[in-house]
Amino acid sequence: MKSYIQFEQMSFSRGRNLIFDRIDMAIPRGKISAIMGPSGTGKTTLLRLIGGQIKPQSGRVLVDGLDMARASSKELLAMRRRLGMLFQNGALFTDLTAADNVAFPLREHTRLPPSMIARMVALKLQAVGLLAAADQMPAALSGGMARRVALARALALDPELMLYDEPFTGQDPINVGVLLRLIASLNQALGLTSVLVSHDVAEVFAIADCVFVINEGRVVASGSPDELRAQMPQVPFLRQFLEGAPDDNQSAAGQQSAVNLAAALGLSPAVAPSKARGML
Amino acid sequence: MNRLVSPLFNSLAALGHAVLSAAAHAGQLVLFTGQLLWRLFPAWTRPKLIVQEIYAIGVLSLVIIVISGGFVGLVLGLQGYNILSKFNATESLGVMVALSLVRELGPVVTALLFAGRAGSAVTAEIALMKTTEQLSAMEMMAVDPLRRVIAPRFWGAVIAMPLLAALFSLVGIAGGYFIGVLVLGVDSASYWGQIQQQMQPIDDVMNGAIKSLVFGVVVGLVAVFEGFNAEPTSLGISRATTRTVVLSSLLVLGLDFILTAWMFGA
Repeated sequence: MKSYIQFEQMSFSRGRNLIFDRIDMAIPRGKISAIMGPSGTGKTTLLRLIGGQIKPQSGRVLVDGLDMARASSKELLAMRRRLGMLFQNGALFTDLTAADNVAFPLREHTRLPPSMIARMVALKLQAVGLLAAADQMPAALSGGMARRVALARALALDPELMLYDEPFTGQDPINVGVLLRLIASLNQALGLTSVLVSHDVAEVFAIADCVFVINEGRVVASGSPDELRAQMPQVPFLRQFLEGAPDDNQSAAGQQSAVNLAAALGLSPAVAPSKARGML
Repeated sequence: MNRLVSPLFNSLAALGHAVLSAAAHAGQLVLFTGQLLWRLFPAWTRPKLIVQEIYAIGVLSLVIIVISGGFVGLVLGLQGYNILSKFNATESLGVMVALSLVRELGPVVTALLFAGRAGSAVTAEIALMKTTEQLSAMEMMAVDPLRRVIAPRFWGAVIAMPLLAALFSLVGIAGGYFIGVLVLGVDSASYWGQIQQQMQPIDDVMNGAIKSLVFGVVVGLVAVFEGFNAEPTSLGISRATTRTVVLSSLLVLGLDFILTAWMFGA
């Protein structure tokens, strides 16, 4: 399978903090790939490395063959026109309406007449089911709606590559369902390559073709969702992450502090839960 | 011994840290200015964006500038009349008010008000755009934020500031006329005649305009720099806004002295 994005022995650190340690990763073209890992593992940083907003200290990040760290600013701008990114909070321009937000990249990069831009904006908003909200300001949109407007904006220039930063975080189940369907259907209908970073296991496994699990700066497991499930017994961290089991040490410490708290409140551990419920 | 040495080392370390961070800040400002210079003229390919900023920065500052200019003119007229009447020279009231305003108070007070009204707003707006990842989103859309957001705001400040300073001086002169001529009875012809006779277009008006242009550059640069380099937190935005007002006010006052010494010094 031909890869669209390739990380080759890539290391990145912030100050003395090593975020990625010589990672190798090949993200396939035309598929939905997910990068997963606990909070704070640098998943968003990985997207910024793909977009060329930050540069690795060593190794390479190749996007469709272009080394993003060594590309000229002209090459970088040309590449960024080919990618769309959905930010975690949407990052909509707060002084523009939903429609103007979607029109922004079109106005910046094309010389299309206003009537044509209006038609294209309507199509993009229709695709995310928000045509009715075209004239609303971002402040008037719910979190889920804002994210869908941001998705329409990211798709405005018909990108080849879509980057999604934690698309499901803070969304209600209905919105998560809508976003899941949108990401999967857009990827298929437009022939995109999609990369999403997330820690929502169930959602990611529902749509991803390929998953990379990152922990402590390294890729600890990769493959299709089924392959990852099969790897679970061999990779303890994978099992812990996918099943949401707490860390053994943390779990023991948590139980001990609960016992201490119960003792301080004058409750015996056996009766603590029911009494505590009563107190609440 | 340790009790004496330790606070000494601590204060030395704190001093060193402050000097280093000030040097880093200055270095960032120089780097930022270089990056901005490259984008200044290309920004004129979108004149509409610059006009929008002249409106947001200049036109929306009109109220505070006109009202302040009026009051400063009234006070100057009143104080000037009191002093000049001791020397029987009240006919010179017009030129005294006009020179004070055009040479000094117009550019300086306008710049201070401008830093508080427009500079802080520009910093807060850019810092908030940074905090909410709007600048980052722009970058990922292959749109250069320095050219699209920063350069037009800088131009807006540079263009608006001399115009506002001129308006401040004009309103101030009218305020002086009101209190001196209409209220206190100074001769109207003397008021205007002395201004016409004694004010020099180059020495006074031009130098005042140069001052206000320099102040516009300073306030504009500090405002966009502080916004663009703000720490992306609510505390970071508040600090950046405060720094804009404090730093640009100090720079305006310091530069005013240097410019005055150069223009009018013996």
